[in-house]
Amino acid sequence: EFRRFSLERSKPGKFEEFYGLLQHVHKIPNVDVLVGYTDIHGDLLPINNDDNYHKAVSTANPLLRIFIQRKEDADYSAFGTDTMTRKKNVLSNVLRPDNHKKKPHIVISMPQDFRPVSSIIDVDILPETHRRVRLYKYGTDKPLGFYIRDGSSVRVTPHGLEKVPGIFISRLVPGGLAQSTGLLAVNDEVLEVNGIEVSGKSLDQVTDMMIANSRNLIITVRPANQRNNVVRNSRTSGSSGQSTESSLPSSTPNILHEEESDEEDIIIEDSGEPQQIPKAAAASESLESLTQIELLHESTQNGFLPSLEMNLNHSAGSISMECEVRDPDHKSLEEDGTIITL
Amino acid sequence: MRRFLRPGHDPVRERLKRDLFQFNKTVEHGFPHQPSALGYSPFLRLMAIGTRSGAVKLYGAPGVEFMGLHEENNTVMQIHFIPDQCQLVTLLDDNSLHLWSLRQHSGASELREEHRFTLKGPPGSPPSATQVTAVLPHSSREVLYLGTESGNIFVVELPSFRVLEDRTITSEAVLQRVPEDYCNRRSCELVEALREHPKNPDQILIGYSRGLIVLWDLQNNKVTHHFLGSQQLENLYWQRDGSKFISCHYDGSYTQWPVSSENRQPEPLENLVPYGPFPCKAISKIYWQTTKNGLPYVIFQGGMPRASYGDRHSISVVHGSQQTAFDFTSRVIDFFVIFSSEPTAEFDDPSAMVVLAEEELVVIDLKTAGWPAVHPPYLASLHCSAITCSHHVSNIPLKLWERIISAGSKQNIHYSNMPWPIDGGTNIAPDPPQRDLLLTGHEDGTVRFWDASGVCLHLLYKLSTVRVFLTDADPNDNMNTLGEDEWPPLRKVGTFDPYSDDPRLGIQKIYLCKYSGYLAVAGTAGQVLVMELNDEDAEHVVDHAEADLLQDQEGYRWKGHEKLKTQDGSVRFEAGFQPFVLVQCQPPAVVTSLALHSEWKLVAFGTSHGFGLFDHQQKRLVFVKCTLHPSDQLALEGPLSRVKSLKKSLRQSFRRIRRSRVSSRKRQGGSRSASEVQEANAKFDQDALQEMELAPVQRKIEARSAEDSFTGFVRTLYFADTFLRDSSRHCPSLWAGTNGGTVYAFCLRVPPAERRMDEPVRAEQAKEIQLMHRAPVVGILVLDGRSIPLPEPLEVAHDLSKSPDMQGSHQLLVVSEEQFKVFTLPKVSSKLKLKLTALEGCRVRKVTVANFGSCKTDDYSENDLAVLTNLGDIQIISLPFLKLQIRYPCIRKEDVSGIASCVFTKYGQGFYLISPSEFERFSLSTKWLVEPRCIVDIPEVTSNNHVHKKSGMENAARKS
Repeated sequence: EFRRFSLERSKPGKFEEFYGLLQHVHKIPNVDVLVGYTDIHGDLLPINNDDNYHKAVSTANPLLRIFIQRKEDADYSAFGTDTMTRKKNVLSNVLRPDNHKKKPHIVISMPQDFRPVSSIIDVDILPETHRRVRLYKYGTDKPLGFYIRDGSSVRVTPHGLEKVPGIFISRLVPGGLAQSTGLLAVNDEVLEVNGIEVSGKSLDQVTDMMIANSRNLIITVRPANQRNNVVRNSRTSGSSGQSTESSLPSSTPNILHEEESDEEDIIIEDSGEPQQIPKAAAASESLESLTQIELLHESTQNGFLPSLEMNLNHSAGSISMECEVRDPDHKSLEEDGTIITL
Repeated sequence: MRRFLRPGHDPVRERLKRDLFQFNKTVEHGFPHQPSALGYSPFLRLMAIGTRSGAVKLYGAPGVEFMGLHEENNTVMQIHFIPDQCQLVTLLDDNSLHLWSLRQHSGASELREEHRFTLKGPPGSPPSATQVTAVLPHSSREVLYLGTESGNIFVVELPSFRVLEDRTITSEAVLQRVPEDYCNRRSCELVEALREHPKNPDQILIGYSRGLIVLWDLQNNKVTHHFLGSQQLENLYWQRDGSKFISCHYDGSYTQWPVSSENRQPEPLENLVPYGPFPCKAISKIYWQTTKNGLPYVIFQGGMPRASYGDRHSISVVHGSQQTAFDFTSRVIDFFVIFSSEPTAEFDDPSAMVVLAEEELVVIDLKTAGWPAVHPPYLASLHCSAITCSHHVSNIPLKLWERIISAGSKQNIHYSNMPWPIDGGTNIAPDPPQRDLLLTGHEDGTVRFWDASGVCLHLLYKLSTVRVFLTDADPNDNMNTLGEDEWPPLRKVGTFDPYSDDPRLGIQKIYLCKYSGYLAVAGTAGQVLVMELNDEDAEHVVDHAEADLLQDQEGYRWKGHEKLKTQDGSVRFEAGFQPFVLVQCQPPAVVTSLALHSEWKLVAFGTSHGFGLFDHQQKRLVFVKCTLHPSDQLALEGPLSRVKSLKKSLRQSFRRIRRSRVSSRKRQGGSRSASEVQEANAKFDQDALQEMELAPVQRKIEARSAEDSFTGFVRTLYFADTFLRDSSRHCPSLWAGTNGGTVYAFCLRVPPAERRMDEPVRAEQAKEIQLMHRAPVVGILVLDGRSIPLPEPLEVAHDLSKSPDMQGSHQLLVVSEEQFKVFTLPKVSSKLKLKLTALEGCRVRKVTVANFGSCKTDDYSENDLAVLTNLGDIQIISLPFLKLQIRYPCIRKEDVSGIASCVFTKYGQGFYLISPSEFERFSLSTKWLVEPRCIVDIPEVTSNNHVHKKSGMENAARKS
């Protein structure tokens, strides 16, 4: 099925809105889809976040070809360099199944189908000497596995160098989450916990904050070893090293206090089966409940599937679409019936 | 209301917040911790108490209280009021003198420090030269005589503290005319006492520690009389007419000396060792008071026979043939006698003796036969047995109030009827807005009922739960049963008794229903007592039930204490709260939560193993629920195993230390020099230090899991009439929250009143909520359709609350140590939350709903949550939207017992212990504020003198 519609090039909006728009124009509101586009080299590249979406829009000349596939039968191998030229081979593979058998495809899942255990975030807004690490605890049995202690560090202040008290990582438990990420090390100084500065807080306070945030712990450290710092220029080389979590320079608590999908409390009614407690329906009685809705929306976005065992080698049933990015003076969305088949 | 909901700075809300909330620490209730000095002004009729932390507190008529704090926080050694003035001088242990004044400021008196001064000697002189040992404020009110360790007496001018060097009384000058043989035997040593002649202000009596006493003439600067005492001097006391004085001594004797113009070196009239002939302890202070009938009152502190009664803290009163040695429960700091201070009166006629002991204040009525004690209206010793818990009930109905007072008055028959003798100043504070009760539970199994309505925390009634149980203690163990001819005639006075017979009796939880007079009390050995107020003495059997909270848990071994044995048969109870039901939890672990519903006649209780519900009408256990996690081995074995392991590790570490000490000693051998020993010790210390450095304090960061220990510990229980199953029918329910973040809800079926005795109460578990963050649940609350917390049982029936809104949907508020969460009911879905710990690193320790009224308009009030955190901060959080309103630092975070002892009232006030014996009262409300406000006026006589202050000396001279 083909759809053709226009988009304002200067204001492409967010990926989520675009995704919603795609679902809308295809009238598939509840179908999870993979979105891809062909860049100028003819490669089929994924669109799954704001950055590559903006990149895609900027490459439109003036037409942008977007392919969408139903997620459950998406062909992940379709993405990558030379994919469009390889397409023919794909077709020939389909035509000649024996060929297919000879070269079993190495399946690499989509990034969003992995469950992340840790990430370095906010590289773009932090000083190079700092590192903001996010540890994802979820329901795993793996312990977070680290200890903190009091210590002192030297700071440059208006009065010269001053020794100030600080909180440091004192020990990593072998096999624990913290150690397995390789992003935290003994003697790293803890500067923030989920966006809140720890300076002036006691060891016990910081402990309580970390435990309270243990399901989605974001700690900003000054690594004891400063040689492995992320080089900030890597930003221009695509979306890989970048933060998708937050892009505001000020680290207000609200930004880092995202809801985690499995934060939900559990209810057992009348000795029945345990269930997650849902969010109350949106009542417009307070601003708080509004933010709850947004957060709920976000958390569905973060709903990760355990995907390693999935057979991803389906291409049938996928739908593709072509959209055109029009000149800025065309304001409204249009839909026309140009249909291209694969 | 809507406009208040938006976050950020809404000016309207900000203004309203200023009208609603205000933080003040208003008054300290109870007995000052570690008192160190006592002073009294017969002129102002005010008493002053100094403490080891540098506080000085003034007390007069009930409600008249002042407090000052020395910046240095040093021990107050002495307090002296300036005669006929609103001023006092304190001497601290750093040898500094401080002048304090009561000044009127905006309609009330205030205590302020005016000047401070430290006596300085000439350069190079030893510090003892100026170490002040005795202080005499002269009746001229212009100078202060300061006796020192060197024996010199310095004169300083008031209020400037300027030293008048030409008037210094040196020990050389004193010794000039002392007989030589006496002089050779002993030097002057320090000045022990300075006393002004009662009739002639130009003469002062100087007593030196070695025994020499001289009468010094201030006009001519010379000694007029020498009194050659042979015993080490402790104190001096002038008789009223100035013809004699008494000296008391280290060997337990006192001596009467005549003062006449004929004999300049008189012999003692009488020398007596009251508790001789065996060696006695020192008499440190003595009063000799004349009466109309001629028989004097001799009152002295100490002097007990050293060998057999040397450990007693006694003050003896001798009046003719009557003699009593009052035996105090703790060390006597100081005492004074209240007597007629009219200069024209011929006799002293003492009326009362006020004794400041280390742990309590005791006042003895000397006018009434038998010298009974007077019940103090303030300075109550809260810690006479250690406080284990407290419970506050606001706005007590008058009827209940009167019944409690009447029960209490029957207990206080042995007290004197004398009006409180220390009655200076005027209380001008408005009457307390309502009758409030503070209930304190104690280690000895008693509950004390305090009138907490006003500034004076006053004991109304004392309830003991001990009678229900069989204890080792002999109930007839009465200290006062001494035979007629006992010598010395000791009489125990005071209530301080920190020694508990059985720690299992300790009270842990209290719940009083102010409408029905039902009281539930729970203790350390899993005992839960339900009581009813009875105005008469009664004898009855207490119904007894056992609640097995483990049910079908296997492999359980309780290693803790045994349950309390109960008295068989009927027990006699005095008027007041009388127990009628006893439930004993099995295993007998400490009761950690308690709730009483007086309308449904149900009591719920929880321990570290589970919780149960008891129907105290039918006297039947309704159900028990075990909350133990199967993997919680620690809880399964009982809490003592953990204590044991701690003990074990302590013991091991001690052993390690001892071993290393021994080995180092062994190495030393016999011929080692002291320096080597020191070296070895230093090395040992260094090693220990290094070991400490090697293992710094570190904290494990780990998410809580279901397997953590003590998750089954029941932290909170709550009764609510709400929509538990469906939104059309509401029903009684019981809610329980555990240490592991679980909330259980039980649907209850309570038969209607007419069939209440016929049908059983039924309960069925309806919901179980597991908070994913697994923090301990410390509070559960249901909000009605208008988001107002459900009223207390019987509150609506007594027309004291609007009935709850059962039309709109109810909401459930669950407060854990880390988060506040609002859920909808009956279908549980999460609505709102406030993550306190994640944002601030603090944890909820105490939480209560408090009603805050506006100080501007009478018709506005709102309910908020008052929260105390583990950092000692108090936060006010709005309901139902969970917005932080305001935050005040209140208790130091290191003060763990202060934080643990905090109770909030329903109207935004609170109490916490600042010492074992003192509650600090604070207020978060602008409207309800109980604080001392009082005036001390200078009586007429002196205001004249005050005007002619300059001529004070002449006046005084004329008087003589």
